[in-house]
Amino acid sequence: MSRGDSATALGKVQGLGSAREGGGHWLSERVSSAALLLLGAWLIASLFFLPALDQPTLAEWLAAPSGAVPMALLVVTAFIHALDGMTVVVDDYVHDEGNRFALNTLLLFLAIGGGSLALFAIGRIAFGGAA
Amino acid sequence: MTGVALSTAGLALLVWWLMAIAGGANAYADFIKAATHPIGLVVLVGLTWAFCQHLLSGVRHLVMDSGAGFELQTNKRFAVLTMAGSLVLTLLIWVPALGLRP
Repeated sequence: MSRGDSATALGKVQGLGSAREGGGHWLSERVSSAALLLLGAWLIASLFFLPALDQPTLAEWLAAPSGAVPMALLVVTAFIHALDGMTVVVDDYVHDEGNRFALNTLLLFLAIGGGSLALFAIGRIAFGGAA
Repeated sequence: MTGVALSTAGLALLVWWLMAIAGGANAYADFIKAATHPIGLVVLVGLTWAFCQHLLSGVRHLVMDSGAGFELQTNKRFAVLTMAGSLVLTLLIWVPALGLRP
């Protein structure tokens, strides 16, 4: 699905769908939700089956590829999903165009900043530096 | 609502938790101290419920995106079930976590 051509095939046939690029955003929310369903289940199951929840056990879990990679995927997907959702809230409730642009830009910065911080933490655990 | 809570408090907590693990045993002890404070526990239980409600409601909407379940009675039943389900899941997570005996 290319940018600017975001109506689904069914929507096009029925003559429905977004006027601009909403369809891509709509799909992104749903695809990330499906990914988070899997990654969320992984996180809860992992915490449940870990022998303890103290710092050394958690650090060892996140240092292994089987922990670090899904956690990094979860962080990235969760921030994308959160940004998608918060953008919809801002688009729905902030009616002034300038404020809307400013808030959405702030959300984008926060999402990228927060996600980067989380990825840095995972990297530090996985590649040493953490006890 | 649940999405806004998870996007703000939920993700902030996730980042804090990962930074605390990366920061070593002392940093993690500080995190645990805040998390197990009564206010911290209320926030954690609330976010757990928000997560479960958001997840179940999300699945309900994915099903509805397929065009299924729009009959009034069916729709209402599933909506009520997501709320009951989120409470049950929250209890299933927190009753053992707090070492409570039901």
